Amino acid sequence: MTASPARLTTHTNAALWPVVGMALLVITNVLFDTLRAGGPGLFGAGAFLHVSVRDGVPAGATIDVLNYGATFVILAMGMAPVIAARGVDLSVGSIMAISGAVAATMSVNGHASAVSIAAALGVAALCGLWNAILVSVLGLQPFVATLVLMVAGRGVAQMITQSHIVTFHDAAIEYIGLGRPTWLPLPVPLLLAITLFAGTALVIRRTALGLLLEAVGGNPEASRLAGVRSRLIIAGTYVFSGVCAGLAGLIAAANIKAADPFHAGQNQELAAIFAVVVGGTSLAGGRMNLLGAALGGLLMQCLITTMYARNIGSDVAPLPQALVILGVCIAGSPRARQWLRARRMPA
Amino acid sequence: MPDAITHARPNPHQAEASAALLAAEALIVDYPGVRALDRVDFALLAGEIHALMGENGAGKSTLVKVLSGLQRPGAGTVRLCGRVIRPASPREAQAQGISTVYQEVDVLPLMSVADNICLGRQAKRAGFIRHSEVRRRAVAALARLDITLDVTRSLGEYPIAIQQMVSIARALDIDARVLILDEPTSSLDAGEARDLFRVMRKLRDQGIGIVFVSHFLEHVYEIADRISVLRNGAKVGVWTKADLPKASLIEAMTGRVIHHAPARPATAARTDSGTTFAIEATGIGRRRSLSATNLRVRAGESVGLAGLLGSGRTELARLLFGADTPDEGGVRVNGKELVRGSVRDAIRRGVAFTPEDRKAMGLILELSVRENIVLALQARRGSLRPIAPAEQRRLATHYIEALGIKTPGAETPVGSLSGGNQQKVLLARWLATSPAVLILDEPTRGIDVGARAEIEALIESLRGQGLAIVLISSELDELVRACGRVVVLRDRRVVTELEGDLVNESTILSIIAAPASEGATP
Repeated sequence: MTASPARLTTHTNAALWPVVGMALLVITNVLFDTLRAGGPGLFGAGAFLHVSVRDGVPAGATIDVLNYGATFVILAMGMAPVIAARGVDLSVGSIMAISGAVAATMSVNGHASAVSIAAALGVAALCGLWNAILVSVLGLQPFVATLVLMVAGRGVAQMITQSHIVTFHDAAIEYIGLGRPTWLPLPVPLLLAITLFAGTALVIRRTALGLLLEAVGGNPEASRLAGVRSRLIIAGTYVFSGVCAGLAGLIAAANIKAADPFHAGQNQELAAIFAVVVGGTSLAGGRMNLLGAALGGLLMQCLITTMYARNIGSDVAPLPQALVILGVCIAGSPRARQWLRARRMPA
Repeated sequence: MPDAITHARPNPHQAEASAALLAAEALIVDYPGVRALDRVDFALLAGEIHALMGENGAGKSTLVKVLSGLQRPGAGTVRLCGRVIRPASPREAQAQGISTVYQEVDVLPLMSVADNICLGRQAKRAGFIRHSEVRRRAVAALARLDITLDVTRSLGEYPIAIQQMVSIARALDIDARVLILDEPTSSLDAGEARDLFRVMRKLRDQGIGIVFVSHFLEHVYEIADRISVLRNGAKVGVWTKADLPKASLIEAMTGRVIHHAPARPATAARTDSGTTFAIEATGIGRRRSLSATNLRVRAGESVGLAGLLGSGRTELARLLFGADTPDEGGVRVNGKELVRGSVRDAIRRGVAFTPEDRKAMGLILELSVRENIVLALQARRGSLRPIAPAEQRRLATHYIEALGIKTPGAETPVGSLSGGNQQKVLLARWLATSPAVLILDEPTRGIDVGARAEIEALIESLRGQGLAIVLISSELDELVRACGRVVVLRDRRVVTELEGDLVNESTILSIIAAPASEGATP
């Protein structure tokens, strides 16, 4: 049961914009595919909507969006509670690099897969705890506190791999990024993202954590005077964000069967923040929209995949990406909607 | 609804709309689910002080918002000197000569007094601000109010009353023809209010039209020339002050005859030895906010804390609740020592606290009425034992009904309710935790007469149910009605404790006003 009908509607409304953004991108791709002379048509080979079966599993641009978008979704699940509690976590990209580096190095040094994976997630949790201590105990501004690890974390990752890209061969770790369960022909990252989303939503909405979190984000002092353990809750959001980043780092490493301490997770913190904000959670804290954040993560990947599909080089791709992001943000902004409403119903 | 007004008839100022300095005609404003203003007319003459009265939710704030450019009306017109204006922002309204000073003092506490007064209109030369000219202008603007300040100091270092005066000086510096003052006296003491009134009269005599929104009837009768009354979003009428006795005004505002609050409750018999007190503070103090203080309150007893702003009454309340950590002394609740400075421990032992500034420190404005009501109870239970949604709805519905909270529904964001209803939501939050001790800091501040009587009655009935109540109020009549015992504070220490017949307004006032050397315990 949802907490309330009112909350359901506001959430659905805000989650609409990532969906609209994705729909527009898909339509653009379809138009390119079908209108171009000698093009692949709607479902032909090479078309955006084309889905083939390779090695017994579906493949294609839309599958790519779900597969690679899973990383963004996972990061967004960690970022959403942080932002709802009036914080921000800039260190998730670096934590991804650290997590991949730990898993790869341990695996190469002959540790069991489970140990390597657990160590990677554990270190990621410690990174989150570090942020939590800076913010919650020492009272640093979240922006500055997590900037420390954003900058230093990449150095830590390079220390772990001794400034090399560490390639590994570990079936279990690779499965996290490349696997397809036999009973369900879907990429494992997507299944992980769905599980994480469902789990987070369940914990947030079925325990009272959601209410307390949104109360802290809405008014920290009033929450403290109502007996809410504000600092503990805020600390928890950073630890959770760290673990999510650790998981995303494992997927990123598994995808290339190597830990790249230089580039793994680069700029991903910004993508995660974008996913959360475009999904209807305000950077000012308060109301959190998990579904919107998840859809925002998929929108992010949809954009990137569209760039590939349209053969836009990665050097210029950020520009069209930024334009789409700008458009979605404007469409979703309260002021733009107010203006539209005023135009529709003149006073 | 039958109109209870019998001895005063609305004065039909038919011809005045054309002569008025500022005239609103047939204003309509709709908010989701509620019509905030329903064809409201309002006319302000040049050189008059026009009081705008009404209960919470009557539409005063909305009317002020329309006049000051914060809210576009759905229908109707506003004329300034006969010309139709449509200010789309407070800035546009100011440019046309309408300045507003809001209830929540909106100043920049970290900037200097001079910058606050001249912000956005600083004197410049070649694009650079001329600080000496800015300071000179600020001093001149304050001099108009007969105030001398060091204008280079941060405004935040001055008391609220001064900040208020600075807001007014800022409003006047824009060559305002219309000055709207929204609850300007709610944080002023008697002397400061007198100063404000002197300034207001001076401005009136210069031909400025002043809209005065206030809940303080005494202030309205002291200063206003005419009184407009709104009720439930509609205009009840406009009267000259002489035509509208106080009782009729209250009837016009509430639409019903006010019953006087119950007589002062008898004090419980004093048997100090061996009694367990509901709450007992021993030598509690904190550097720079309160010197060591004792306070004992029994179950079923109301104790008032009287004193001016900054006298230490709010500081004492916060120390009792653990909102601030005391440097010395301790608090016992029903004989159990509380953990120092732990709000959670205080709540666990049954202490509840509604702060003076309910928006900044009490409510989570964007969360719903339901969520605000269950918050403290849920926080006490911890996040792993959620209150079932059905139970949350039941609690919310129960308190909305029991306390008469006027809201479109339990899921309405609490920020959209009026002040009195917000206060009730805050009370409901604590009542849901079944407290033993209720500490109320200015529970009726900024709340209209009708809701005030309701809240007073509510506090009295809670006391009757055996709660220990600590009440802070600047309204001495309220303290005297509600409390069997009043502790008077001055200069961050308790000066005396009054009981029995000594609990009356004039005694309290004389102790508050006494110079520091006097004020011995009677």
